[in-house]
Amino acid sequence: MVAQNIGFGLIALVMIVGALRVVTTSNVVHAALWLVVVLSGAAAQYILLAAEFVAVTQVLVYVGAVMVLFLFGTMLTRSRIGRETDLNNRHWKWGIPVAVLLFAAMALALVSSFGTERMPEDAEPVPVQAVSDQIFGPYLLPFWALSFVLLAAVIGAIVLARKD
Amino acid sequence: MLVNQFLLLAAILFCIGVYGVIARRNAVLVLMSIELILNAVNLNLIAFAMRNGSPDGHTFALYVIAVAAAEVGVGLGLVLLIYRNRKTIALDDLSEMKG
Repeated sequence: MVAQNIGFGLIALVMIVGALRVVTTSNVVHAALWLVVVLSGAAAQYILLAAEFVAVTQVLVYVGAVMVLFLFGTMLTRSRIGRETDLNNRHWKWGIPVAVLLFAAMALALVSSFGTERMPEDAEPVPVQAVSDQIFGPYLLPFWALSFVLLAAVIGAIVLARKD
Repeated sequence: MLVNQFLLLAAILFCIGVYGVIARRNAVLVLMSIELILNAVNLNLIAFAMRNGSPDGHTFALYVIAVAAAEVGVGLGLVLLIYRNRKTIALDDLSEMKG
């Protein structure tokens, strides 16, 4: 149990530093690479939480596909790859009190409702079969809706990005 | 492991993402901040799946990942279109719909 907590602490620290760098760095490509750190850390936390299939999907979809999309978006919308001075808007300082107040409210709610409740000690890794039984059983209708969402997104992205 | 350590980590990531959405001017960076927010939600879903001992949270996390991928695809398509028409993706320059 101690080893799990040490692992959690290290990964959480890396994730928080990475997330802060994503929102503060002055280079869009660096922001994308720090986002890779955060997303990989999230995959590691999923493994710690016995969710292997979600961790593998996270690495495949986020770290693989979404990150390539972001780098292509950066490449196609900017003439130069490097530091920029005007990545923040004029009222960016308002973001700090909003984020701090939001975190204070959420931390208060979480601490008062869960306190020192512990995760179950003997949790088995969730097999892929259980997840697929869920997807193709009670959650089949959302799965169909999701396939239409993806189809619409693919067609929409092609229509938007096509040169007329 | 406490339940709260995962939930508080997710709350921190969520708030950092909210700050990014408010503070950033570049549309691609705003999309990245939205990814941070969606990841925080996924972390919550997986933590509650372990706490309750049921795979429901895993299913929802997979659905959120799929919707996020679709969102990034369409979002970056929109950003490309705006860049092609306006030669900028600074969000405060796009004020045509302001009343």
